[in-house]
Amino acid sequence: MRWGVITFPGSCDDHDVFDSLKSELGQKVKFLWHKDEFAGNFDCVVLPGGFSYGDYLRCGAMARFSPVMRGLMKFAQSGGRVLGVCNGFQILCESGLLPGALVRNAGLQFVCQQVHLRVEETDTPFTGGLKKGQLLRLPVKHGEGCYYADPKTLEGLRKNRQILLRYVDAKGKPTASANPNGSLDNIAGVCNQARNVFGLMPHPEDACSQLLGGDDGAKIFKSIAAACAGKARPHA
Amino acid sequence: MRVKIFISLKNGVLDPQGKAIERSLHTLGFDEVQDVRAGKYLELAVDAPSRPAAEARVREMCDKLLANTVIEDYRFELSDGDGD
Repeated sequence: MRWGVITFPGSCDDHDVFDSLKSELGQKVKFLWHKDEFAGNFDCVVLPGGFSYGDYLRCGAMARFSPVMRGLMKFAQSGGRVLGVCNGFQILCESGLLPGALVRNAGLQFVCQQVHLRVEETDTPFTGGLKKGQLLRLPVKHGEGCYYADPKTLEGLRKNRQILLRYVDAKGKPTASANPNGSLDNIAGVCNQARNVFGLMPHPEDACSQLLGGDDGAKIFKSIAAACAGKARPHA
Repeated sequence: MRVKIFISLKNGVLDPQGKAIERSLHTLGFDEVQDVRAGKYLELAVDAPSRPAAEARVREMCDKLLANTVIEDYRFELSDGDGD
């Protein structure tokens, strides 16, 4: 299984993703520089967190026009698996690969904390190794992670079961106080209709080792690896 | 031609900044204030053969990069001359 991790100017979690995949999960990983053309044979490409282009104008607005993105769009449109974490999620929304947008946290504060997430759908490469309703504990660290979509888009997301993760309390209930940023419908992560592109605000790469307080993040990477190895459960 | 571009959040999109500014104004005694919305303002100069040509280009810039039409509305004003 070959992973790619794109580094944009201002990315800061690219090495976290690289190290977690390589050291904790024993995967083959290669960095991709944003100015290079997208080249290589990858099973999954990760857009990491950070502050690409200083978050100028809007988070992810300029990164989507980086040279590497042309090839990444083609890769995604032909079924390649793409994972966007935090700023990566924002870039995927800006580029139109995922629906909706991420705006300023409802409380205006940058949030840096552990959250509980409930797995809502499992018929995707990203969540195939998890159980529906399973709780994950991952960290969030962002200022603009409030997910927004217009009512029609939101309806489509629900109908097509594209909401993969929701912020919940320790009992698994999607309450307002469990929602760290005011996201609509407690949405923490969504996939595209074809289910090969997934974006989430929490950071699985920062939860791949008990030394870092938990390894629930590894479960997402392991799902992807299993799906790429053809060991995914048949789609429901 | 000089262009002034105003970008604002669409109605229905949460604007916590606008809300915080509104609360501050109320605290300062400006009780008459309501519906504060925070937005962006950009200025630029464009070289274009005509006003309609400039408008078309600016609209394209807004749709492509300057505004995210999923969450934002924009409007712009053109004025002749290359500035002050």
